[in-house]
Amino acid sequence: MLGLNRKDTTLLIVVFLLTMLAPFLLNPFPADSAMAQFNAGYPDLMQRFVIFGIFAVGFNILFGLTGYLSFGHAAFLGVGSYAAVWMFKLFTFNVVPAIAAAVVVAGLFSVLIGYVSLRRSGIYFSILTLAFAQMSFALAYSVLSNPKFNLTNGETGLQVYADDPQIFAVAGSPNLPHLFGLSMRSTYTMDVGAWSFDFNAGYYLCAVIMLVVFYLSVRLFRSPFGMMLRAIKSNQQRLNYTGLNSRPYTLAAFVISGMYAGLAGGLLAAMDPLAGAERMQWTASGEVVLMTILGGAGTLIGPVLGAGFIKYFENIFSKINDNVLHSWFAFLPDGMEDFMVTIIHPFVGKGWHLTLGLLFMLVVIFLPGGLVEGGQRIARLFKRNTTQTPGNDPEHHPKPSPHVAE
Amino acid sequence: MSKSNLTRRGVLKTGAVAGTSLAVPTIFTAQSVAAYTNEPTGGTVTLGFNVPQTGPYADEGNDELLAQQLAVEHLNGEGDGGCLNTFTSKALKGNGILGKKVQFVTGDTQTKSDAARASAKSMIEKDGAIMINGGSSSGVAVAVQGLCQDAGVIFMAGLTHANDTTGKDRKANGFRHFFNAYMSGAALAPVLAKEMGNDRRAYHLTADYNWGWTQEESIVASTEALGWETVNTVKTPLASTDFSSYIAPVLNSGADVLVLNHYGGNMVNSLTNAIQFGLLDKVANGKDFKIVVPLYSELMAAGAGENIKGVLGSMNYNWQLENEGSKAFVKSFGEKYGKPPSNSAQTCYAQVLLYADACERAGTFNPCGVAEALEGFEFDGLGNGKTLYRAEDHQCFKDVLVVRGAQNPTSAYDTLEIVEVTPVEQVTYAPNHPMFGGDEATLGECNPGA
Repeated sequence: MLGLNRKDTTLLIVVFLLTMLAPFLLNPFPADSAMAQFNAGYPDLMQRFVIFGIFAVGFNILFGLTGYLSFGHAAFLGVGSYAAVWMFKLFTFNVVPAIAAAVVVAGLFSVLIGYVSLRRSGIYFSILTLAFAQMSFALAYSVLSNPKFNLTNGETGLQVYADDPQIFAVAGSPNLPHLFGLSMRSTYTMDVGAWSFDFNAGYYLCAVIMLVVFYLSVRLFRSPFGMMLRAIKSNQQRLNYTGLNSRPYTLAAFVISGMYAGLAGGLLAAMDPLAGAERMQWTASGEVVLMTILGGAGTLIGPVLGAGFIKYFENIFSKINDNVLHSWFAFLPDGMEDFMVTIIHPFVGKGWHLTLGLLFMLVVIFLPGGLVEGGQRIARLFKRNTTQTPGNDPEHHPKPSPHVAE
Repeated sequence: MSKSNLTRRGVLKTGAVAGTSLAVPTIFTAQSVAAYTNEPTGGTVTLGFNVPQTGPYADEGNDELLAQQLAVEHLNGEGDGGCLNTFTSKALKGNGILGKKVQFVTGDTQTKSDAARASAKSMIEKDGAIMINGGSSSGVAVAVQGLCQDAGVIFMAGLTHANDTTGKDRKANGFRHFFNAYMSGAALAPVLAKEMGNDRRAYHLTADYNWGWTQEESIVASTEALGWETVNTVKTPLASTDFSSYIAPVLNSGADVLVLNHYGGNMVNSLTNAIQFGLLDKVANGKDFKIVVPLYSELMAAGAGENIKGVLGSMNYNWQLENEGSKAFVKSFGEKYGKPPSNSAQTCYAQVLLYADACERAGTFNPCGVAEALEGFEFDGLGNGKTLYRAEDHQCFKDVLVVRGAQNPTSAYDTLEIVEVTPVEQVTYAPNHPMFGGDEATLGECNPGA
């Protein structure tokens, strides 16, 4: 179907179902129960799941296929966000031009950075991209936000004000990002018994876009171009010796993945019309690397899983405070209750980084292929009898990539 | 092998898909019945406390959280009641707000605009928070204020000192109790004139971001009005930890006062560097060299230790204030947590009580009703003395404290001494003051959401 083999078609259908049914899947607990703390099916977080999924899928095109580890991908995300918010400010709150502008601007920006950074490979490439991203962050944070020439509005973040021109704004359309009049914030809440499910217009827009770009990335993985990128990862020097210039290929991969990041940035701004400079900071770049590795670099679905995993921790675990803990352990005798709270306290609330770090270590040590490898191992347990093991697909096993040290 | 998988899943999910697709046509057009965002229907009401729990201002954020928890206790009639006993408005009875028990949820702003908006959104969308309170940075405050305006909930700002929060970025749903950079300048200037004379030459080091600029602008304006001369203003990158290269040129610039428009870790480091260079022992233009830190906090004072002795600055509140409200708050905070409250803790505590009181007086949680009750509200008994919530820009007007690093601190918390309580008349400005967005700045319409 759609030019995919059966295995990829299945994967696409699974992703389709997961995204379309997310409001149900992410809200498994009744709204009034104590477990509702772990529900993740509210609009903002669902949007983040798919948006960072797009970001990580794009990053994986570069890192998973060519092995080039960019440590500055957040710069493209940030540039995309700024472009989108400027479209809101100058023209209209309709999200279509904003998202298009985000992709185009991020693409141009990545041509610029890629052209310079790709002259080196390996660690030097990583450092160059990191340097560019930090430069962009510093520019956005203070240099380009001085009162005379205010492009980014600094630490406060670029916002839309009532006195902005918005020359194409249609009278009567919502005063918030919208798709031809359908506000991105509009949410329908379905109450089924004790459960409550939110269907949000913005989420479904993001989800549809993610399905499209996910499909594109599957096609790209399976194309001759994708094969060429894998050749670069396995041995770039040998490829060069065959008389083939590999740089246009790496640049193309870099720009495509930059455009994915720009798309994610544009969508972030479309869901919430604010672009903050922190989006470009190196921690944000590091986060997408974590997402990809945690999920499984070089696999198709891995980055999406990794993105969901990290965003879940950031938004759900960080909100468990001592009060919540006390209510969980209220059934225990007083001393025991305080003891349990003391034990768990460092790992939740502001300690969510710690829990995430521990899990990341466990995954990297025991499942080097990421969550996808975990899934494969479990699948293998149930399929002992088949002679063919499911993870034999070579690209589903990221290997350490030897690099040309220049 | 995967075929059976697909079929099983397909069977399980077909039903769900069919159900969803039936609901799709009505899905986004359905109007909710609530009159405003997160209208509380049960016996409880949920407040959202959005403070930095990680990042550079984590200590301040945790102090804010403690104060907010204390406020919730007092609202629910637990503990000793704190400022409920001294507050001039007697609408609060200690039985929650409008008879509903107060609950709260917390979020981590990480001192980043993006993260702060995400955690505020999750409290509004998931936990049904009816208002957002707290925060410890102006950038975050402006960003979250904009979000609350769009979402239709009330935002009670925590520690935010930049003029913009209630200046060009003011919003109908946002309220600030904390003072601002302009007030710091207006309060400090006369004290500076008295202590240092009218013919000083000032050199500014300014953190290179929004708050730094508005503070520099305010201090330059008010000191130049005294007759001071501004020798130079230098922007320092926010991430700097070593300011030696910025301090060295000060000595040869002909300046005799150094103004540090820095906050938090920046200020601790720049002040320490300045002391190491022996600036305070120098004599320039025949006068003793002086250092001024316009915005002080207890946390910074503790971080800078010995170095702040004799350095002047301003504050919104200090626990050593001797009025009824302050005494009640310090007693109740101290008994519960074993330390005196900080400046930012007091602001967050007061904001929770002010919000609750406005709900009681308005008889509703509707943000528009609450905003109306807060606008032009005059009160006393929350620790700052007589205070006015101005209707035009939702800024509180009250006395401002000028403080000095204590020469002989008697305890770990006694690091600052109050030099003067500047009366509110002296720090009041017109709502359309050019530093606050001029005539163009408007609150816009109040938004109840839904």
